[in-house]
Amino acid sequence: MSAQASAPQAAPGDEPSYLDEGHSVASWIFSTDHKRIAILYAVSITVFFFIGGAAATLMRIQLFEPNNSFVSAAQYNRLFTMHGIIMVWFFLVPSIPTTLGNFLVPMMIGAKDVALPKLNLTSWWLYVGGAIFTIVCLIGGGVDTGWTFYTPYSTLYSNAAVLSAAAGVFVVGFSSILTGVNMITTVHMLRAPGLTWFRLPLFVWGIYATSLVMVLATPVLAMTLLLVIAERMGLPVFDPRFGGDPVLFQHLFWFYSHPAVYIMILPAMGVISEIIASEARRRVFGYKAMAVAMLSIAVLGFLVWGHHMFVAGMSPFADIVFSFLSFVIAVPSAIKVFNWTATLYRGEIRFGAPMLYALGFLGLFTVGGLTGLFLASVPVDVHVHGTYFVIAHFHYIMVGGSVSAYFGGLHYWWPKITGRMYLEWWARLAAITMFLGFNFTFFPQFIAGYLGMPRRHFVYAPQYHLYNVMSSTGAVVLAAAYLLPLFYLGWSLVWGARAGANPWNATGLEWLTPSPPPKQNFARTPRVDNDPYDYHEPETGPTQADQPPRQPQGGVA
Amino acid sequence: MTRRQWKQVVATPFAAWAALALGIGLTCGYALMGASPFKPAIALAIAACQAAVSAIVFMRLDRASALVRFAAVSGVLWLSFLFILSFCDYLSRAYPP
Amino acid sequence: MSQTGVTVREPWPDARREETGLQFAMWVFLATEVLFFGALICTYAVNRWAHPAAVREAGRHAAFAYGLANTVILTLSGLSMAIADRAVKEQLGALAKACLWITLALGTAFVVIKALEYYKDISDNLWPGPDFALRGAGARPFWSFYWVATGVHAIHLTIGLGVVARLLVFAHRGSLVRRVPSMTISTLYWEFVDIVWLFLFALIYLVGRT
Repeated sequence: MSAQASAPQAAPGDEPSYLDEGHSVASWIFSTDHKRIAILYAVSITVFFFIGGAAATLMRIQLFEPNNSFVSAAQYNRLFTMHGIIMVWFFLVPSIPTTLGNFLVPMMIGAKDVALPKLNLTSWWLYVGGAIFTIVCLIGGGVDTGWTFYTPYSTLYSNAAVLSAAAGVFVVGFSSILTGVNMITTVHMLRAPGLTWFRLPLFVWGIYATSLVMVLATPVLAMTLLLVIAERMGLPVFDPRFGGDPVLFQHLFWFYSHPAVYIMILPAMGVISEIIASEARRRVFGYKAMAVAMLSIAVLGFLVWGHHMFVAGMSPFADIVFSFLSFVIAVPSAIKVFNWTATLYRGEIRFGAPMLYALGFLGLFTVGGLTGLFLASVPVDVHVHGTYFVIAHFHYIMVGGSVSAYFGGLHYWWPKITGRMYLEWWARLAAITMFLGFNFTFFPQFIAGYLGMPRRHFVYAPQYHLYNVMSSTGAVVLAAAYLLPLFYLGWSLVWGARAGANPWNATGLEWLTPSPPPKQNFARTPRVDNDPYDYHEPETGPTQADQPPRQPQGGVA
Repeated sequence: MTRRQWKQVVATPFAAWAALALGIGLTCGYALMGASPFKPAIALAIAACQAAVSAIVFMRLDRASALVRFAAVSGVLWLSFLFILSFCDYLSRAYPP
Repeated sequence: MSQTGVTVREPWPDARREETGLQFAMWVFLATEVLFFGALICTYAVNRWAHPAAVREAGRHAAFAYGLANTVILTLSGLSMAIADRAVKEQLGALAKACLWITLALGTAFVVIKALEYYKDISDNLWPGPDFALRGAGARPFWSFYWVATGVHAIHLTIGLGVVARLLVFAHRGSLVRRVPSMTISTLYWEFVDIVWLFLFALIYLVGRT
């Protein structure tokens, strides 16, 4: 194994790990150590994941029967709204960047911490502040506008707790912005000597691209929500009675919310590249194209938002422009899927839990991405907009894609973060259960949607009954798959085998440190001389012509 | 204070401020001038020039690296995406506002 | 790391990298602010494009004298802040302190004049409520823009006053000349708030003037 960098590390036991630097609550919630902040975020987003999941559970129970009365229409509206708000802003957008990103980016570049550690802590406290507003909103009965807050309903007609919901998302948006500023500065300014841009691991590229999007998109959301609050308090902006345009709200909202979906997928793409390279023992195929593709997705992602508004009243000219750009952005994503597949080719694949999650990602992201192309086509979208087809599409990417990658990354770096090994067979079971449960839940929704089942309705026509039963049943399996890791990962924290510095025998600077790492990460700043993923000589693999001669199975009679 | 320091610390910023004040005068004058054409465009163009002077002299973009300069213009560039594509919708609508 | 008595924060390896890094980080943050205010200006642009006559009429009621006074005050404060910034880099602590006091005073004057202007606007029924003085589609959105834009700007300016006050605390302790990155990023923030005002002045106070 060729070493990527040389830096003598302290033997385990010399320096206390970051987990042992203080045990009080204050030492955790006021810590500026990026590793502790990552754990704070991980706990926070897990809590919200299960709250958002609870809302989904109640929805799927309601949808088990076509004319069910488990919840009322008003309650159902609040359920799907809170599910969306919580899952998007309090789980997915922060997930990988603030947990795995915070923990690993400084280590992967050979730094002691992020560029602005106090700002990092401020970001987490802003997340907590936004969370408090959202809990207040939940206690106040929740919001019923849809996670999209469309006007004029949200500003003029809804009687729900719109102000606290908008305030909560506004505040957590600033958490996002400051994290983005921090990560961009960190990657530009704190790379170890010799670590040029094209020697960076793809996970760092992923977080960097994500941070660009976070920084440039989120402020527009912040202002849009401020304007919703203003209009609710009597200052007309989008109100057509006074000359405003509700579609303007949609332009502003989607200018953020489309790039937001790239905030949710780019870090996942970074994680998948790391897992596939390590668990298949291969250099990433087309490394530069992978990095450039992530940057292209980040930039192009800002030019396609109108595809959410094909039926909102935009001009046909605008429809065509946005449709064309939406087709263009499929290209870099497709390049990445081809390159991941090519990376697996002739690899020595280890089918551990991280690789199972990664393989699940490849399939599910591909389905989600292809169905996105259907939606980019205006005539098709006119038919399926507002149906379960759209819901299935984005869940395939955000859940089948991002959540699978998050779980994969969590397992892959669990030994580094906690110093413990998890139980492999339980983890594989969870990964497979998740893949099966996910498909059972969401594939029927493609069919139901295509056949016309509308979204955001608490009852539906009887012809969709079968698909909904499949979907709700699948959701039970999926829920089990999400709950399982709580048990075996929790178990490992106490009784798991202690992990060495590099249990996967991977390249990458984070594996140079002890597991778990000390507060300073590295005793001395490493110096980098090699490319990443140095698992074999570049451009090699045994070809057919180099095979040794073989004997037939039997002899001549 | 040396002569060089006077120029660097006081004179250069003062000259920039004089340019800003001139801009204020011009933009008010043009705005108050009766039915003159392109009023909003001229006012915004003057504001943009003032912003450039402020950014270069007060915010030291004259001495900054290419990376910092790119960061400085990136906000405006991205904002242009919002304006251009939104107005692409508005300007091509068949119905009057 | 204090050859010249400069303190370097963790995790920066040296003072020069810290200065460049913080300057870069602040510019990235200012890019977010451009988009924040820019989104608001987009709503103004759409409204003005859709209802040009109503916007011109609505703009006539903006208090030009107050706006002009504030513009002059704020550009002067930008000058004093810039001199303070350059003075710190040349180790001229006394000049920097004096200019920071001038910046604080001018910024406070801005806030006071703004408050007086708000009082006048409310007396003139320019809050888009039931007693709103103007009619016509596009008039209320113009004034909604006024209240939101100047309000958000004033909040930013008040935060800026806090930032300047913090520098004055350092200046009085004698440690300002060792804290060049703090001065740099504070100056960037203050000048940005100025620039935003220059655009708001053009969009609010120069509309419909003859």
